[in-house]
Amino acid sequence: MSKVLIISITLIYLALLFGVAYYVDRKGGKQKSWTNSPFIYALSLAVYCTAWTFFGSVGRSASSGAGFLPIYLGPTILAPVWIIVLRKIVLICKKQRITSIADFISSRYGKSAFLGILAVIISVFGIIPYISIQLKAISSSLDLLMNTDPLLLNVHAHLPFYEDSAFYVTILLALFAILFGTRHLDPNERHAGLIAAVAFESIFKLLAFLAVGLFVVYGLFDGFSDLFAQAIEREDIAQLFTFEGGMDGTQWFWLTLVSMFAFLLLPRQFHVAVVENDNPDNIQTASWLVPLYLLLINLFVIPIAIAGNLLLQEQGIEPDTYVLTLPLLAGQEGLAFLAALGGFSAATSMVIVATVALSIMISNNLLLPLVINAELVDETKAELPGRLLGIRRVSIICVLLLSYSYFKFVGEGYSLVSIGLISFLAVAQFAPPVIAGLYWKKANRKGAIGGLIIGFLIWGFTLPFPTLIDAGLFSTDILEYGIGGIHGLKPQSLLGLDHLDQFSHAAFWSLSLNTLALIGISLYTKTNATEIQQADLFVNIYKYQEQQEDYSLIQRQASIDDIKMVLARFLGIKKARILLRKFESYRNLDLSRLETAPSELINFTETQLTGALGAASSKLILASIAKTDAISLEEMLTALEQTQEILQYSRALEKKGQELEKLTKELRSANQQLQELDQMKAEFISTVTHELRTPITSIKAFAKILAENPDLPNDRKNEFLNVLVSESERIARLINQVLDLEKIQATDQELSFEAIDFIQLLEHTATTFSQQVSEKGINYHFVSSIKEMTIMGNKDRLTQVLVNLWSNALKFADPQKGQIQLELQEVDETLELIFRNNGKAIPPEKQDTIFDKFTQVQDSNLGKPQGSGLGLYICRHILEQHHGSVNLTAHPEWATSFLIRLPAVKN
Amino acid sequence: MKRNGTILLVDDEPNILLALEFLIQQKGFNVVKASDGSKGIQQARKHQPDIVILDVMMPGLDGFSVAKAIRNDENLTDTTIIFLTAKGTSQDRHQGYSSGGEIYLTKPFDNQELVDIISEVFEFG
Repeated sequence: MSKVLIISITLIYLALLFGVAYYVDRKGGKQKSWTNSPFIYALSLAVYCTAWTFFGSVGRSASSGAGFLPIYLGPTILAPVWIIVLRKIVLICKKQRITSIADFISSRYGKSAFLGILAVIISVFGIIPYISIQLKAISSSLDLLMNTDPLLLNVHAHLPFYEDSAFYVTILLALFAILFGTRHLDPNERHAGLIAAVAFESIFKLLAFLAVGLFVVYGLFDGFSDLFAQAIEREDIAQLFTFEGGMDGTQWFWLTLVSMFAFLLLPRQFHVAVVENDNPDNIQTASWLVPLYLLLINLFVIPIAIAGNLLLQEQGIEPDTYVLTLPLLAGQEGLAFLAALGGFSAATSMVIVATVALSIMISNNLLLPLVINAELVDETKAELPGRLLGIRRVSIICVLLLSYSYFKFVGEGYSLVSIGLISFLAVAQFAPPVIAGLYWKKANRKGAIGGLIIGFLIWGFTLPFPTLIDAGLFSTDILEYGIGGIHGLKPQSLLGLDHLDQFSHAAFWSLSLNTLALIGISLYTKTNATEIQQADLFVNIYKYQEQQEDYSLIQRQASIDDIKMVLARFLGIKKARILLRKFESYRNLDLSRLETAPSELINFTETQLTGALGAASSKLILASIAKTDAISLEEMLTALEQTQEILQYSRALEKKGQELEKLTKELRSANQQLQELDQMKAEFISTVTHELRTPITSIKAFAKILAENPDLPNDRKNEFLNVLVSESERIARLINQVLDLEKIQATDQELSFEAIDFIQLLEHTATTFSQQVSEKGINYHFVSSIKEMTIMGNKDRLTQVLVNLWSNALKFADPQKGQIQLELQEVDETLELIFRNNGKAIPPEKQDTIFDKFTQVQDSNLGKPQGSGLGLYICRHILEQHHGSVNLTAHPEWATSFLIRLPAVKN
Repeated sequence: MKRNGTILLVDDEPNILLALEFLIQQKGFNVVKASDGSKGIQQARKHQPDIVILDVMMPGLDGFSVAKAIRNDENLTDTTIIFLTAKGTSQDRHQGYSSGGEIYLTKPFDNQELVDIISEVFEFG
């Protein structure tokens, strides 16, 4: 075909495209229903099918059978889920005026400017090579047609750019992108014309491919059966189409998974699927229409690949060009040209949308934050919208020139597919922060940054880096021995993982470590207020969907004038006025009467600016005019009403729990006291019964003796009878003591007090024990520093105290060299009697309880309890009735030393 | 088995010692008395009695310890130990038998029963 014809038809095609876009853009304002159609939406999503699909699928199929399929399988499998996931993303983006994937991630994670920049960098690195291979596809198909010699490929690489047709195509595409992608600054970034053109191209490329397919199957062969029959006879071809083909299961898995992500996360896909979506209901139609489209466009891939292998392989023709070379070989130049135009349309739609999407990201997330501060300060500068569009346009040109240069200098050696996959995996790194961002509120900024950086670095190291080595930029030693000779750092087998193919290896490491970092860091780092607010807004978008009031954790103040100024500067005076009027009527407010902007207006302004400038930039602008208040308690309470209820409930539960715990503790301690008391009672009873048994034993034995020996001598008889009497008295005494205890316990019975000569009382008691003292050979001393001491008290009771103390001292005093000493003195109108004995000391653990009821000094060395366990308790009780006290005091020479205090009465 | 017809009484209650002494002397045996555990061991070693009648709860060494001491003494292997105590639970009895006592009686005791037991010990060993 003649050069002139080819160039003019190409130009006509482009003009047609311009026409469609222009027509729709003009009509757009008046009649929206047509562009709103779900079919247009679904067709625009087919921008996914690029030159890679058009030429590359056949190329890949020719060498690996069904190996091209995972790229389409991924989106097809995921399509039913779009209704949920994609819908949610769309709703969030509409609410937040998000206009790119970078903005989405930045906005979700606290409107982080850094994350936005990071996402842009990843996108640029991922997408530029991808655009460049589209340019390559365009130029090689044009060259092929003009030279009609299939063997003359890649010649354009050596042409100076001004002779290279691809360069001019690039310029035209830039022009198109600028015309239809940056006509005006729309906060929603809707480009109806652009989308119409893309949809048109989707139809065109599908028809072109189907035409080639039909020609190959029915023109070159006698239908499918003939084609396959011939293929089976060629063993090398038949081999390809066993299911395993050239790929194993892991490769299938990773390719499918990454394609699932790429379909929504590639900047151009995000742009058409989310940003250009003006009706979330369209997603439903797209979820079956897009898979259908993918099925149709892949229908003839295998037949064409087989036919190419059968007819062209031996001539050394690159399989990527079979779609063109098969018709050419059959002399069908017209059809070949149609095929070329189909590929051209696939490439151009991708280039245009990708460029527009990238330029939005670059200008909003990368360049704007840098210029905003300067712009705000400089009042003399004119309105910004024009300048913003200027930035956008420059970005488009830069992206395309970069792509062109890449294609010129680097992209030659690589097939469509391999560069496409590198791009896919780059944007698949967005999947963890996006998915977590949609469903996991705890995912935070630091986690997203960490995950993205790690994923991006591993991606760079495992996929593009080896291509740089191949290009001779680095030593091949790195491939063999790892960086710095460390085996774990080999780009194609990180940490020794070497049984995966290069792509699966890269996907496995980058995605899994990205995810792990995101989760790990999010769990262990803190989240700020903006992040919490945004996280809730994203994860629980349905909660906010109906809500008119913008929910804000952060309270800001700004003057109306500042708001007006900012809106006018960044959106233009006219647009600002329209927006403010809209706001006034919507909220039923008269802004001219207000001085400070209501918080909804600030949020409204930020949302409007976000559409035009991106979340991070608009946050920056608002920060410069609005004072941020620490959130007040009331506002916090209102904002967190729901959370509050839950909190209160859980706090109430916690309180209940604590009360229960306390109650249990009290019960346990009460129970323990009861058990101790019970134990004491048991011991007491056992003691009392033992004490009763002893005299009864004697009484019984002697009564029997007396009864059975009537002829005993009188003195013996008397002796035995005396025993009966004294043992009976002993029983009576014991019973009295128990009764005393009862009496004392009944307490507060009126005691009659009288003046008592205490020294006389002491001496009297000592006399009653003198017999026992001498029998036991005890050394008794009474020391007194005073001659006379009168106290008020009950004589019987005080006698009981002294008797108890005496019994005690006699029991415990050393059996061989017993000593008892009483010392009397007066200190500060208080009588002090110290009652001491040597011998066995009271064990330390008993000292605290010695004055308690039922406590007895009882240890194995002592053999049996010495008494009822009531003596000292009774002493204490009586002394307390006399406003006195009894205590144990320590003395190095004495085993036991009681200090008795009683108020003295002065004569 | 050599018999010297001596019975050692160990109890801290003088009146009980008195009653036991009378009952045993009436049957014609020799009586040795001790008012606490350690004295009881001394007397046992000194007199090598055929029978020891032991109280349990006494100041100083208790009856169980005395029984063990006697059981561990080579010269006292033939001595029969009879516990006579107010402690009457099965636990106490178990402790009594395991510390070396042959017979365990509780207070208040029956005069005739005690005398019969003593006679049996001398008759059948």
